Amino acid sequence: MIAAIRCVLRRDLLLALRRPSDVATALLFFVIVASLFPLGVGAEPNQLRAIAPGVIWVSALLSSMLSLARLFAADHADGTLEQMLLGAAPLGAVAAAKVLAHWLVAGLPLVAIAPVIALQYDMPVPLYGTLALSLLLGTPVLSFIGAIGAALTLGLRGGGVLLALLVLPLYVPVLIFGAGSVDMAAAGLSALGQLQLLAALLVVSAAFAPWAIATALRISME
Amino acid sequence: MSTAIKWFWFASPQTFFPLAGRVAVVCAIGAALLGAAGLYVGFFVAPTDAQQGDAYRIIFIHVAAAWMSMFLYVVMAFWAAIGLAFNTRLSAMMASAIAPTGAMFTFVALWTGALWGRPAWGAYWVWDARLTSELILLFLYLGFMALQAAIDDQRRADRAGALLAIVGVVNVPIIYYSVQWWNTLHQGASVSLTRAPSMATAMLWGMLLMALAFWLYSIAAALARVRCIIRERE
Amino acid sequence: MSWGSWSEFWAMGGYAFYVWGAYGVTAAAIAVEVWALARRTRRSRETAS
Repeated sequence: MIAAIRCVLRRDLLLALRRPSDVATALLFFVIVASLFPLGVGAEPNQLRAIAPGVIWVSALLSSMLSLARLFAADHADGTLEQMLLGAAPLGAVAAAKVLAHWLVAGLPLVAIAPVIALQYDMPVPLYGTLALSLLLGTPVLSFIGAIGAALTLGLRGGGVLLALLVLPLYVPVLIFGAGSVDMAAAGLSALGQLQLLAALLVVSAAFAPWAIATALRISME
Repeated sequence: MSTAIKWFWFASPQTFFPLAGRVAVVCAIGAALLGAAGLYVGFFVAPTDAQQGDAYRIIFIHVAAAWMSMFLYVVMAFWAAIGLAFNTRLSAMMASAIAPTGAMFTFVALWTGALWGRPAWGAYWVWDARLTSELILLFLYLGFMALQAAIDDQRRADRAGALLAIVGVVNVPIIYYSVQWWNTLHQGASVSLTRAPSMATAMLWGMLLMALAFWLYSIAAALARVRCIIRERE
Repeated sequence: MSWGSWSEFWAMGGYAFYVWGAYGVTAAAIAVEVWALARRTRRSRETAS
């Protein structure tokens, strides 16, 4: 099983690296969306500082979702997905590997770029750590939950928008605890509670999402 | 032994069909009667509230609708899970039959909540924890219906919707808890829309009667809809 | 609970807009659902026969 995970992981990462434009587009989207908010709400520094955690988190959420549609589409198109279904490796493990690859390519870079956005919003530097940690814990959860949606909407017309409708309500707790942790830190309180809740969400989604993703893939591929 | 046989006898859409029709009619009549009683209590028995005047009378339909919206989602997820686990067609049809009624009550809960919020707390939408959770519940219902509508293959539609409903029902407590926490963080003194200082007995009766009326109505509507689905598919 | 007169009942202590707005839309929502169900029943009966 470990070998299968390693194999799928390496393959997905290689494929992603061969198409850097896909990856870069999602990251660029993250930056653009975050840059739109000040244009919409005004550039008042205090206001921007107040909304910064929420804006960064919503932008990360939307960017992560944008890249989800690609998760299974390519393999579905060329028949690899069918092979995975029929193969010896447990489908849940394969799914987990694909999610991990997706996160490394679409989620982790967000953690790296977030400080730049935080700079734009004049977020106090001590908060950067909490922000990074919240994104580090939260973006994998977004990948896991989003993958369930991607598997359910495989090959459907209107897939991207439908995926958003299905997945965004499920994203709400991650968003609340993620942005909330930074808000708590900004208020001088301990963000530990929220971060622990995020960690709990991560553990639970890592444990159960692979099963749901595998079931959804089977449902979609029959 | 005989009860076990009876149970599976009605699991077939063909045998369930006439039973559903009879139960639907009975429930519809019951809903009308209880609804009339509830409205009578709500408008002619329950006294005017000291703080909110007569605006509080919205509570009789708001709370009942909110309860129904949550209860129906759980029931829908239950039938969806049964259908997925045991591969029974009728269970999946029941889940699909319940969804529109559940969505309707969620919308009603939101609408009546907004109209109650304005006179009571000054704004149509106060981002109260419960109302915000109701809004997300509406999205969950609509997502379920949209997913099933987008899939042409009936079997795939049933099973995909079922998985989504199960994932949703597991998430609902998490969503509710997180929104609750979010609300207290951002609002300080929380304004709970359903907190009434002291509930006169008549008020409680009014709410209970309306809740029962809505419940019977939901059964009638779901059964009528499942009969349509059976006709459409078989 | 005794209302002084019918006009007092409809006025709902000044909150008529909110109370009847809420009850009205609820009644309308239920009516729409019942109508849609009736239409679906009719259609399904036609296609089934």
